[in-house]
Amino acid sequence: MTAIKSKLNTRSPEYAANHALMAGLVEDLRARTAKVAQGGSEAARQKHIGRGKLLARDRVNTLLDPGSPFLELSPLAANGMYGDEVPAASMVTGIGRIRGRECLVIANDATVKGGTYYPMTVKKHLRAQEIARENNLPCVYLVDSGGAFLPLQDDVFPDREHFGRIFYNQANLSSQGIPQIACVMGSCTAGGAYMPAMSDETVIVKEQGTIFLGGPPLVKAAIGEVVTAEELGGADVHTRISGVADYFAENDHHALSMVRRIVGNLNSVKSPNVAMLPPEDPLYDPEELYGVIPADTRKPYDVREVIARMVDGSRLDEFKTRYGSTLITGFAHVHGYPIGIVANNGILYSESSLKGAHFIELCGQRKIPLLFLQNISGFMVGKKYENSGIARDGAKLVTAVATVGVPKFTMLIGGSFGAGNYGMCGRAYSPRFLWTWPNARISVMGGEQAASVLATVKRDGIEASGKSWSKDEEAAFKAPTLKQFEHQSSPYFATARIWDDGILDPAQARRTLALGLAAALNAPVKETRFGVFRM
Amino acid sequence: MFTKILIANRGEIACRVINTCRKLGIRTVAVYSEADAGARHVRMADEAWCVGPAPSRESYLRSDKILEVAMASGAQAVHPGYGFLSENEGFANACAEAGIVFIGPPVEAIRAMGSKSAAKALMEQAKVPLVPGYHGDNQDPAFLNQQADRIGYPVLIKASAGGGGKGMRVVEKSADFAAGLASCQREARSSFGDDKVLVEKYLQRPRHIEIQVFGDSQGNVISLHERDCSAQRRHQKVVEEAPAPGMTPERRAAMGKAACDAARAVGYVGAGTVEFIADQDGTFFFMEMNTRLQVEHPVTEMITGLDLVEWQLRVAGGAPLPLQQDQVPLRGHSIEVRVYAEEPEKGFLPSIGTLAHFAPPAASANVRIDTGVEQGDVVSPHYDPMLAKLIVWDETRERACDRMLKALSEFRVVGVGNNVEFLGRLVGCDSFRSGQVDTGLIERERATLIPEAQPVAAEVFALAAFASVEAERATRSAFTVEPHSPWSVADGWRLNGALTRTLAFKSGEQQVETVIEQGSRGSLRIDSRPAVGSTRPDGTVRLAWGDAKLDAHVVAQGETLYVFSGGRRHAIQKIDPLLHAGEDQEEGGGLVAPMSGKIIALIANPGADIEKGAPLLVMEAMKMEHTIVAPANGTLKAFRFAIGDQVPEGAELVEFEKAPA
Repeated sequence: MTAIKSKLNTRSPEYAANHALMAGLVEDLRARTAKVAQGGSEAARQKHIGRGKLLARDRVNTLLDPGSPFLELSPLAANGMYGDEVPAASMVTGIGRIRGRECLVIANDATVKGGTYYPMTVKKHLRAQEIARENNLPCVYLVDSGGAFLPLQDDVFPDREHFGRIFYNQANLSSQGIPQIACVMGSCTAGGAYMPAMSDETVIVKEQGTIFLGGPPLVKAAIGEVVTAEELGGADVHTRISGVADYFAENDHHALSMVRRIVGNLNSVKSPNVAMLPPEDPLYDPEELYGVIPADTRKPYDVREVIARMVDGSRLDEFKTRYGSTLITGFAHVHGYPIGIVANNGILYSESSLKGAHFIELCGQRKIPLLFLQNISGFMVGKKYENSGIARDGAKLVTAVATVGVPKFTMLIGGSFGAGNYGMCGRAYSPRFLWTWPNARISVMGGEQAASVLATVKRDGIEASGKSWSKDEEAAFKAPTLKQFEHQSSPYFATARIWDDGILDPAQARRTLALGLAAALNAPVKETRFGVFRM
Repeated sequence: MFTKILIANRGEIACRVINTCRKLGIRTVAVYSEADAGARHVRMADEAWCVGPAPSRESYLRSDKILEVAMASGAQAVHPGYGFLSENEGFANACAEAGIVFIGPPVEAIRAMGSKSAAKALMEQAKVPLVPGYHGDNQDPAFLNQQADRIGYPVLIKASAGGGGKGMRVVEKSADFAAGLASCQREARSSFGDDKVLVEKYLQRPRHIEIQVFGDSQGNVISLHERDCSAQRRHQKVVEEAPAPGMTPERRAAMGKAACDAARAVGYVGAGTVEFIADQDGTFFFMEMNTRLQVEHPVTEMITGLDLVEWQLRVAGGAPLPLQQDQVPLRGHSIEVRVYAEEPEKGFLPSIGTLAHFAPPAASANVRIDTGVEQGDVVSPHYDPMLAKLIVWDETRERACDRMLKALSEFRVVGVGNNVEFLGRLVGCDSFRSGQVDTGLIERERATLIPEAQPVAAEVFALAAFASVEAERATRSAFTVEPHSPWSVADGWRLNGALTRTLAFKSGEQQVETVIEQGSRGSLRIDSRPAVGSTRPDGTVRLAWGDAKLDAHVVAQGETLYVFSGGRRHAIQKIDPLLHAGEDQEEGGGLVAPMSGKIIALIANPGADIEKGAPLLVMEAMKMEHTIVAPANGTLKAFRFAIGDQVPEGAELVEFEKAPA
């Protein structure tokens, strides 16, 4: 194996400037994450704790094996949406170890709007279930939610990817042998009542958990019956009379210990079918990535400097080094797991597309997971390239990316624009996980290009009618588009809408990838059957 | 010289004898009870024979079986160690009849010294100074009371056949005499099967000084100097040293001569100890002679450079003493402490259990450890709970004290209660350090030596927290085939943030919550102070916590972390909120056996309503009674054991239902 020899000068002013900029971005990311992690208001949290309940994140921490990593998903979902009043979309989701088994945990945060489901809450929940399905991870639902957020019911209830899909998923996940475990630690009303009812095994907490299709106010309104929540659907009722729940817990801690016991009895053994090596740190400190990424996004740099700070021993066995050099392909290991890397090192040409497709074929054949490092402004344009069929070669890359059966992981480490996003396994290409770096930008094209395209069309129209259009008028016309693209291409805009699974501190990219990779190997790596490649 | 001997003992003394035999090329035969099948002395000996079940009288006291083994194994001699058969005249006799050498004094000497009153009469003839007292046969209580009045109070009533601190009563005034006598006689009867007592003047602040003597079959008797064994609790020696503090060459010579006279008077051969009681002014009186090797013989070995067991073997083989009196060296100062499995805080109650961790300090030319146990061994209720003797030597007494304190601070025991810290306080206390030691010291300074539990310092909890976090990281999952999964790196990794959580600890009544913050790049903060450190598999912890640099050992046993730091052992219970979650909080508690022992009385009646604190049953362990009382008002549903049952520590003794509040 060949170790990448870094050419980075960590003493240069350029490095220092890059480092300072990225450190600032990371600081901002951490601050936002920490703020969101608090959940609801201080008053809401104190009220929650006062009722003898643990906060959502404390529930997760207590449920997991002591010290277990927790790969949180979409932590900044709904960030800046709904008046910025729904931190983390009122839900904590992620992967962690329970009794030595990697599990997917979904925990409602009742301190945020009573744990109700906003549209992004639904999306976050469904995304977590999708991750459970693709990676064969047992699901633990820590339920404490008032159900759908009624004012937005039209964006929560009716569609295919809305609330009902949660239970559809539970049934189908269970049918695929993926355990569904619910722990009712608070309200579980109306549609939400199906969450425990649809689970394989259910725990409910005394005097806290309630499960009913219609709560006491609705019951009174509908049939005039006056009944307490506890009588209607408390822990005692459901474990002794109705059988809706299986285990009666004294309190949150007791309930979580029961969930741990349930997971301990799953009788599942993970058997990853990849050749593993002992892990090795990279030769270069991952924090140097801060200084690798140029402060000026248009400035090119060698993506090998990024790879050198992510892979074991900084070793990359490059494939086709001398061909299609704007795309780097090669074999490496991350924390001992083999991985094939496809990384942009410039715009995509026909050669680089063919090289990428070829390399993906190799990984599909050998069942080696793939990592895409996206920093792409797009495919090359112009007569020469269109005429020589760049779309045809680009299609080969997209076909390979779309149909390869191995787990795919994508990191947006820079720009992600246009068809480059497709060829480099964007969200639509179902990578197992997609993470964004805080410096990244995502949009159909760059803001300047988009504004220019629109301005050119406009100018053509104006000039065709014999009028003239001043530079100032053009600039004024372009400004809103520029502003819109700037706003919408921000990683925070993207992550709020769950276009990714989270924004990453680049220094944590290696560990995050390793955790994702190891989690993905809970599902056997599938055989690949490629589609027709346009020749 | 013998080529093969049997060692009719167990524990550290058996091991110690084996060591000398190995040095001399003598093969060794160990005997053991069923409880000791895996004991250290069995592992060390060249061969080992089981002689019966756990109780001593069915194994180590079975002279017939032991002799059978001696003959069957071809041993030429038997070393009896101390205790058990070491001063048993019948056994010595039987050995002689079987043609096997008893490594000890002649039968006559054992007999002569065996009865305290007879011995004193003999000593009187030999002009050895005696404590004023009555040692006669008249056991009429009124007569004995008159004798006590004549001697002057306080007086000591002692079982004639007694020893080891049992069967002794101090009486302060005539009015108390009858009660003290009756009590002493009862104990003498039950312990020794003989209620004959003697009455002696009881010295205020007396010191216990003994002379090691050695005789050979040629009639030579010499003294190997004195040992001071004044530091005693309940008449049992805890710390011994040589030479005695404040001893002058003149008095040493006088005591040595008196001791040799005593030995000669009984035709003594081999190792023996003449015990004197000394007043603060230096006057001394004969107490008794122990016709065996003493527990504390190593301090004599350390100051003379001699191997007393080797001498015993040579002399028993008929050789003359290797040295003349004026050739016996005396160099520096040596101190021995006896490390017991016991709880000083609970009146030195013996403690029983498995030695989950047993790490004596490193042995060197100046530090010696004589032990019969190793980590993992069980301390059973059947035998003396001594774990080890720790012996140090240095040029001066002061330096020897320092060395002892250091060695004790390095002595770590987990699994049984122990007196290591107590010994440290004793050796470190002003009275001891200044040589002002008398037999009442421990009782008098009890408050200093066994202080009330002190609040545990924050550093100790930080160490416990650090060790817990490190232990998590070392835990490996049983459910994965991946040897190096990143999920197994239990460092609390969190995306773009830190894992902040609270660990709860308890030490006695003190409850502490420690906030742990684990950063994404391996950083750790404990209660907001940065913590950087390392742990090793032996429990060594080095931790830089804020400005503090901490060195300690942390040993986990079950839910308890034992933090050894600054010479103290802190038992820190880690409260795992999940472990006992949902367990019925209303259970009585306190109804489990505090130690393994035998049920000797069932007091309450099953089905009866019981008041809190009322006795339910009585257990006996280590020859002491323990009453189990009701933890609350309630109903005794049933006993789980019957009288005579042996119960293990922690066993549920009764079914008790707490009355509704």
